[in-house]
Amino acid sequence: MTEQLVSPGRQTSAGGPVRIPVERTWWQRHGRTTTVWALRLLLVTVLLAGWQMTAGSLFDITFTSKPSAIAGRLGEWSADGTLWTHSLVTIQEIVYGFLLGAVAGAVVGFVLASLQLAYRVIDPFMMALYSIPKVALAPLFIVWFGIGMHMKVLLAAATVFFLVFLNTAAGVREVDRGLVDAVRLMGGSRKDIALKVVLPSSMTGVLTGLKVAIPYALIGAVIGELVASNQGLGYLINDAAAQFDTAGVFATLVVLSVIAAVLNVLVGLIGRRVNRWKPVEARG
Amino acid sequence: MTGVLAAERLTKQFAKDDQAIVALREFSLTVEEGSFVTVLGRSGCGKSTMLNLLAGLTEPSDGAVTYRGRKLSGPDIDIGYLTQSDTLMPWRDVQRNVEMPLEIRGVRAEERRGTAAELLERVGLKGFEKHYPRELSGGMRRRASLARMLAGTPRTLLMDEPFGALDAQLRTELQEELLRLWQGSGQTVVFVTHDIEEALLLGDRIVVLGQLGRVVADREVGLERPRTLDTLRVDPAFVELHTAMAAALKEGSS
Repeated sequence: MTEQLVSPGRQTSAGGPVRIPVERTWWQRHGRTTTVWALRLLLVTVLLAGWQMTAGSLFDITFTSKPSAIAGRLGEWSADGTLWTHSLVTIQEIVYGFLLGAVAGAVVGFVLASLQLAYRVIDPFMMALYSIPKVALAPLFIVWFGIGMHMKVLLAAATVFFLVFLNTAAGVREVDRGLVDAVRLMGGSRKDIALKVVLPSSMTGVLTGLKVAIPYALIGAVIGELVASNQGLGYLINDAAAQFDTAGVFATLVVLSVIAAVLNVLVGLIGRRVNRWKPVEARG
Repeated sequence: MTGVLAAERLTKQFAKDDQAIVALREFSLTVEEGSFVTVLGRSGCGKSTMLNLLAGLTEPSDGAVTYRGRKLSGPDIDIGYLTQSDTLMPWRDVQRNVEMPLEIRGVRAEERRGTAAELLERVGLKGFEKHYPRELSGGMRRRASLARMLAGTPRTLLMDEPFGALDAQLRTELQEELLRLWQGSGQTVVFVTHDIEEALLLGDRIVVLGQLGRVVADREVGLERPRTLDTLRVDPAFVELHTAMAAALKEGSS
């Protein structure tokens, strides 16, 4: 029925991209991904096997250890619970630090970038603070907060804050004027503009900030632990290195990279949800 | 005769360092209620500046815009403005874009949905409600923008070369649809274009702008409606107007 109401010629002009279902075999659908994963697996296997075989002959295992010893150490630590207690501490520091820094960075970035004058006044100071190596803050944080968990959380948060802040502010300041004007024409208030245009538009910036900040949350927490602590993966590395236990150091590094990988996957998931509206080729 | 929308000696300058660039100088125009006025001018003659002022988006450096007897001091929801570029929110699908003016006014969700569905059907976008703007072609985005503007039920419409970026066929199609939507609606339209044919096809009255918004010609278009380009092209009255307008454009730019 509705077809008859449509004037002739409109079907072609309003058609847009034509979508048709395509029959694909399992291999056409997943072949590429399977190949990539198979090659990744192969690469890791070759590297580990090479390391294992040359350990002791080409390299001194005192310094480089070997995969079997690292796996053994991981199994040992996992059995006696060392791995879990220390990982848990570090993960907590990362998560709290990341959340604290990200929320503060996003909120401050959003508010400050919306206030033209305030942003211009504060911008150089923020850049100066951002440029300070965060490790240099560790001694100060120890004085202020002690060597407990607070200090690591805040060190991680300080790093995350600036990255999220800068990206959020950039996102807010790059909002298309045309979209803002469109809302003004609809009779929108400043609040409408902030919530319906600036906020969604700056999401790309916020997410970039979050993505970039994830490894830095890890760095902040681990550096805090390396500088002064009695628990956490950073402490475990220090402790193992002090005993010349390279297998222990490598085992901890493995755990750290697993944690980083999991965090990256999480942010990737949020990104996909938020960027649904972007064309396929622009999706990060 | 008093118009619904009037510009009185509008001047607009853009300050840059110690200099100011004049975009519009002492521009005056009165638009009658319910009329379709096309404003014709070459690029850079201040057409967009003029529309931004009429829409209340920017403040004139001098002069004033009066809308229904009141001085315009900012955007008015009774004035719809279709800009040259697309300003659909890329993160909203077509339906939620069209609903937006109503959403800002605080209209209830079900009512918004009904209005949007009806408008989308009128502009020929039925079935594309859930598409995001970037998944649509340029013509469809224009239709969606048009629907969004109409959702705010403005009594006055300002259009800034709305079909400029489209191919000739699609443009003709949308021009005809615009006329169909406008006829009998009682809405007042100010339509800016650089295309003489478009100006003559659509307008009741045609205003030709020269540099800095100087009005070089202002004529009634007595052509009978409904008009189609094919029949107009062989109409002697159209040919005469076309020649006159072309001459006016040339004069305005010298």
